[in-house]
Amino acid sequence: MATVKDFRVKEKPTWCPGCGDFAVLAALQKACANLGLEPEEVVLVTGIGCSGKLVQHFGSYGFHTLHGRSLPSAQGVKLANKDLTVIAAGGDGDGYGIGMGHFVHAVRRNVDMTYIVMDNHIYGLTTGQMSPTSRRGFISKTSPQGSVEEPVRAVETAIANGISFAAQAFSGDVKHMETLFEQAISHKGFALVNVFSPCVTFNKVNTYNWFRDMLINLDEENDYDPTDRQKALDTMYEKSGMVYGVLYENPRPTFEENILGASETAKAKLDIHMPTAEKNEILAGFR
Amino acid sequence: MFEGLTWKVGGAQGEGIDSTGDIFATALNRRGHYIFSYRHFMSLIKGGHTHFKTRVCSHMIGYHGDDLDILIAFDQTTIDYNWHELKEDAVLIYDSSKLKEPHIPKDKPNIHLCPVPVTDMAKEVGNVIMKNMVACGVSAAVVGLEPDAFDRLIEERFGSKGDRVVDNNKRAIRIGYDYAANRFSTLKTLPDPAPEADGGGHLYISGNEAVSMGALFAGCRFLAAYPITPATEIMYWALANWPKYGGTVVQAEDEIAACIMAIGANYAGTRAMTSTSGPGFSLMQEAIGLAGVSETPLVVVDVMRGGPGTGLPTKTEQSDLNELLYGSHGDIPRIVLTPSTVEECVYFTMEAFNLAEKYQCPVILATDLFLGMSKQSVGVTDIDPDKIPIDRGQVLSDEQLANMEKRTFARYRVTDSGISPRTIPGQKNGMFTALSNEHGEGSPVEIEDPETRIRMMDKRMKKLSDFDLGEQSWEYDGPEATDVTLVGFGSTAAQIKEAQMALQRKGMRAGRLTVKVVKPFPDEPVRKVLQGAEKIVVVENNASGQFADLLKQRVGYHAKISNCLKYSGDPFTVKEILDHCEQLKGVMV
Repeated sequence: MATVKDFRVKEKPTWCPGCGDFAVLAALQKACANLGLEPEEVVLVTGIGCSGKLVQHFGSYGFHTLHGRSLPSAQGVKLANKDLTVIAAGGDGDGYGIGMGHFVHAVRRNVDMTYIVMDNHIYGLTTGQMSPTSRRGFISKTSPQGSVEEPVRAVETAIANGISFAAQAFSGDVKHMETLFEQAISHKGFALVNVFSPCVTFNKVNTYNWFRDMLINLDEENDYDPTDRQKALDTMYEKSGMVYGVLYENPRPTFEENILGASETAKAKLDIHMPTAEKNEILAGFR
Repeated sequence: MFEGLTWKVGGAQGEGIDSTGDIFATALNRRGHYIFSYRHFMSLIKGGHTHFKTRVCSHMIGYHGDDLDILIAFDQTTIDYNWHELKEDAVLIYDSSKLKEPHIPKDKPNIHLCPVPVTDMAKEVGNVIMKNMVACGVSAAVVGLEPDAFDRLIEERFGSKGDRVVDNNKRAIRIGYDYAANRFSTLKTLPDPAPEADGGGHLYISGNEAVSMGALFAGCRFLAAYPITPATEIMYWALANWPKYGGTVVQAEDEIAACIMAIGANYAGTRAMTSTSGPGFSLMQEAIGLAGVSETPLVVVDVMRGGPGTGLPTKTEQSDLNELLYGSHGDIPRIVLTPSTVEECVYFTMEAFNLAEKYQCPVILATDLFLGMSKQSVGVTDIDPDKIPIDRGQVLSDEQLANMEKRTFARYRVTDSGISPRTIPGQKNGMFTALSNEHGEGSPVEIEDPETRIRMMDKRMKKLSDFDLGEQSWEYDGPEATDVTLVGFGSTAAQIKEAQMALQRKGMRAGRLTVKVVKPFPDEPVRKVLQGAEKIVVVENNASGQFADLLKQRVGYHAKISNCLKYSGDPFTVKEILDHCEQLKGVMV
């Protein structure tokens, strides 16, 4: 059986010391090992940004795609081979900015996969511009007078559009993140884990301490019921999104179970050679 | 001058013009005639002008003809719009229930006018929509066709709706037939049918259907696409026929997602494609670069329409050529196939999947609305479904991987051919990270050092150095030395062929060349066949002469090349090509 070592590679990450993404990498490696997954059965697909480099340091099959396009790539992978464990990952700019269109539709579609968003409220790799999750008034290189836009409410949007699993995690609590990843990967359907993963270099506002002061752990609230959609939405609004833990669970049939052409055998494992007689029968259909 | 019988029905969109044409043409195809049908339609649902034209011949044709023998007009607009196309002795059948006093121009006095109260007769049968069947019946009488030629087709099409519907449709045909037979007699005769060996009809198939079928035969089991005219029929055929074989169609949220889903699926080992038209193809450019740099197989089908922007969504054009050749930033190896017939749509699609996996690069197959949406008769033996055997390229076996030292597989290993054997997710000891960043041979991390960059770029760019589809890439017909050689790519082949024949009948030495693989371009053979041409007329459906520019770039002959361009949205007529040749000084004898 694979151990956490098998999900590691020798190449060292180039993230800044203290970056929240280290915690995400460690938690994901642990979660996969804990679940008894074999590295060759896992495909990690990422977008572009500091967060996207996650795939360069994770010892499974990987695809480092384009900015904002991890979700369509990952859905293509899963639909091609449903036997694989598919995880997509990226940042808040990648997922909720350039990739927001794909996000909403991936939520609706409900392909069985996990989506990890490393949300640091800023563009890090391009050295500090406001991001879709930056709060109003956030000062950055591209918002010198403070952002005048409302931050995107991605998790609420996901819940409103019928996501089947939504959680938030915090890089300051790796152990907890690990269990959330395990739940998300085990969940059958599209599972979102929005991780507050501070950028220690360019975001001097939304720091570890800032998140630590703001965040409430829902998993420690006895009366929180993650199957209550309205409660999940209300909680997000009341707490300005500053909660972590499992927010919402809504198990429903996956896309790949329901589509035309669904088969017991994964597509990639089908024998694609068609007998001549069947091809001729199809041709005869045109007569 | 032009062979066959040409027939057209026209009216407002939403009146059932297409189903009238489809029933008439399908019935004739079943009877053993060779058919080519062209749909003229607009980007709206109700109103406007639409028509359906069918040309009937005794041999295979790829074009609906310049002129018209029979026109069925459901409204005055149809008469006005199509009058110029009518032959001097054509038959004009019009709906006299609606057109009490039609305006008929005076310049063609020998046209047979056939007023038929089509709408009233349809109401008599019980439903105004039946006027389509009445029109088929009238047409049958006018061309001397027995009215029961439609019976089996009607039973097949309407059988599920019950006997009453079937009977009413048959009755509508007979009412139309009797009315016309009693008043007009047989005004035109059909060419002889040339049925298949078993006495049955030919395949009646469009380029879009041929592409979708070719993909199924090639083992493609995943299509991600966004609805767009004129490519959507590829999705329709796939939805109807692929699921039985485990194939799935995903309607993506946009063409960016569609193309990237197809890349993801190919990466995971399923043959996958996307299909689109100009606007969608533009959105796919970045993804095409991703397939190129990550060396992931990808098949993209572009059914070209009038551009730019939203352009002419329901009209034909070949103006995506530059984007097919050069679209996407950076340098990538790519293959661009431009089939010129329905049969080639099948074969080239099958070939596209082999090439994509052999060279691990994007393969773009481009047709256009004219080839994609027109249905035509093809001989049953003209499509050999086993012609292109499936070849999955270099994929390492589980055994090969098991014999390798742990974690030493280098996905992008530099080889003599530039092609690196790949692995498929799920295979033990074959793990790798595909990257859109520049990367080294085996490391999962991006690199920026100049030496590696150059080595990896060179590796990718040399992959196609041995590419040669041989005589599949081009087709030349004509003498070694010509007064004029007509050159085109893709769907213009049929009109070019008819124009060449017309020129030859006039005693000219005329050649024709169709290029079917525009990248990598078959430089040497094309240079050779054009060497002996006095003049080169490049026939293409765009405003800037994109293909002529490519020809000049690849083989030269600048001084001999003349541009025969059309960008009105309609396919070329043979006459337009001949007129162009006529205007060329010194060419005509």
